[in-house]
Amino acid sequence: MEEISFASQLLQYTITGVTIGSVYAMVAIGFNIIYNVTEAINFAQGEFCMLGGLVMVFFRVALNLPVVVSLPLTILVVTAAGILLDRLAIRPIREPSVLAMVIATIGAAFFIKGAAMFIWGKNPFDLPPFSGRNPISFLGAVIQPQGLWVVAFLAVVVVLLTLFFDRTMMGKALRACAVNANASSLVGINVRHMILVSFAMSAAIGALGGIVITPISLMEYDRGAMLAVKGFSACVLGGMGSFSGAVLGGLMIGLIESLGAGLVSSGYKDVFALILLLLVLFARPSGLLGSVEVNKIKKF
Amino acid sequence: MRTKCSIGRGAAFMLAAVLFAVFLVTPVMKVEAADPYKVGAVFSVTGRASFLGDPEKKTAVMLQEEINKKGGINGHPLELIVYDDEGDSTKCALAVRKLITQDKVCAFIGPSLSGLSLAVLPEAEKHKIPMVSCAASYKIVTKDPETGEQWKWVFKTPQSDSMAVEAIYTHMKKNGISKIAVLSVTSGFGASGRSELLRLAPDFGMTIVADEKYGPKDTDMTAQLTKIKGLAPQAIVNWSIGPTQVVVVRNWKELGMTKVPFYQSHGFGSRKNIELAAGAAEGVFCPLGACNIAEILPADAPQKKVTMEYLKAYKAKYNEGLSSFGGHAWDALSIVAEALEAVGPDKAKIRDYVEKLTGFVGQHGVFNFSAKDHNGLTKDAFNMVVVEKGDWALAH
Repeated sequence: MEEISFASQLLQYTITGVTIGSVYAMVAIGFNIIYNVTEAINFAQGEFCMLGGLVMVFFRVALNLPVVVSLPLTILVVTAAGILLDRLAIRPIREPSVLAMVIATIGAAFFIKGAAMFIWGKNPFDLPPFSGRNPISFLGAVIQPQGLWVVAFLAVVVVLLTLFFDRTMMGKALRACAVNANASSLVGINVRHMILVSFAMSAAIGALGGIVITPISLMEYDRGAMLAVKGFSACVLGGMGSFSGAVLGGLMIGLIESLGAGLVSSGYKDVFALILLLLVLFARPSGLLGSVEVNKIKKF
Repeated sequence: MRTKCSIGRGAAFMLAAVLFAVFLVTPVMKVEAADPYKVGAVFSVTGRASFLGDPEKKTAVMLQEEINKKGGINGHPLELIVYDDEGDSTKCALAVRKLITQDKVCAFIGPSLSGLSLAVLPEAEKHKIPMVSCAASYKIVTKDPETGEQWKWVFKTPQSDSMAVEAIYTHMKKNGISKIAVLSVTSGFGASGRSELLRLAPDFGMTIVADEKYGPKDTDMTAQLTKIKGLAPQAIVNWSIGPTQVVVVRNWKELGMTKVPFYQSHGFGSRKNIELAAGAAEGVFCPLGACNIAEILPADAPQKKVTMEYLKAYKAKYNEGLSSFGGHAWDALSIVAEALEAVGPDKAKIRDYVEKLTGFVGQHGVFNFSAKDHNGLTKDAFNMVVVEKGDWALAH
């Protein structure tokens, strides 16, 4: 077998880490959007990823529609699921407290997972990659074309979100709700509507994460929980509520996992990321890029 | 009034006496020629292990219908009472107790999982009823690993992990491989396989240069494979089940490591896995029980006939692909049925018969039971196959 130099090994670990870290980052961004507006954690976030992957399998494989058609369709379907989650689980809560919303999302997560099991069964599903499976050789390491798509989509999401929050009216309204929901409703922002929008956006971004990772690592009905946990860790690591924190946290967790598995011990790879998380929280409880003042006001 | 009462009392007394006499006599008269033979079955039909229990139940039911269509066992219809334990040990224990005490079965097959089998075997021992498990751990039949003493009333039909490992190591040794890397999933199945791989390596002259692990829900194993690539082994063995066994093969191909022979565990034995690997499984080796490769067995192989029949019957009845695990249930129920035919529904006689049974041609091997071996199989129960052009082929 061809020898692989240590530098190439490191490069390979980095490539893997960045790929999977991008998916964690997308999940973390989804958490942040809902957290910013409602101060609650949406535990069904991982299930949106799972739905994205499986619904895309339906459109792309079962109905054989090309990617340019099936991708937007999938995002629409999962966004609709997110809207339904808000309408059916969140909105009916008469005294919306953070705890009530968290419990509602946990229940919704179980429901979505059960529904996925009924519809798709327990077997894993595969998606053809967007641009072929031939790995690209790079300095002794190997990059999958699909991995490049993952990072590209993350970049697109970050750019679009930044434009949305800075330049559009609805984006500003969402930011206002994040700062102070009561004051926002006093100036005429419909907070319930903003909550709906935040769920819709989180669902869409989560779905995108699920879609791009499925060609690499298959998707099955119960992958959501693991993605949610890793995404949430990324969120906390980067600072709850901060988008750049979410991206940074996601990439860091992905890299630490990959480097830890390769260089130290693969059996304990989940531990490394969590140890890092604990150390950061001890030193800086609001997360790496989280705002200390905002942390004092918010409950989480 | 008084006259009516005295007549009424008298009539009632007579009626009671008659009924009492009838009840005394009835037990003797109840045994008729067409009394059904009751066999119990506990499978994880739903829940986390439904990929095991569902085909097991389907196979058992199909076999029962076949037997009854042919007139039953010595004229007695075979009654199969199936319970679903949902992969839960409490439900499993309750189901087994119900089968023994309420349904009064003469033997039972299952459970589907090793953990559950270990949990319920004390019931079989306590009530002195034969149990034929469809789960793989050697601990199910072995009471004392030091002496090899077997549990008196417990048998099992699946091959043990050690046999799969022996089959793999034998093939490797034959092909001049001595330096290997081991990859395993951190679940019970993976851990058990890994410990057998480590334990048996010195017996076959194998040196393990890498021992990597991953979680059952991990999405990517390139880090582990990259590390292995750096250590340059002559072959890689992976022990997992579920989507990870497909992802690791894809990673193996993507990293350009296809010159290093890749061996999977017997958990890989399904055409669906080859399909999901999307071409990456070409050249991958795997030990499989005969029922998985019925079509490519040579015509004079001892198991050819039963495996081909099972394949055709299962496909015709359920219109789905054959499952390796259904084969374990076929073996278990067939062994019990043969015992019933030979000695009737006496629990102790069934147990003695099975313990002495040799040369039984089953789906997963030819069984030779003995007092020291309640599993009855050796590593020859596994055939080494290689993936060629998207399908199984016998390996050399």
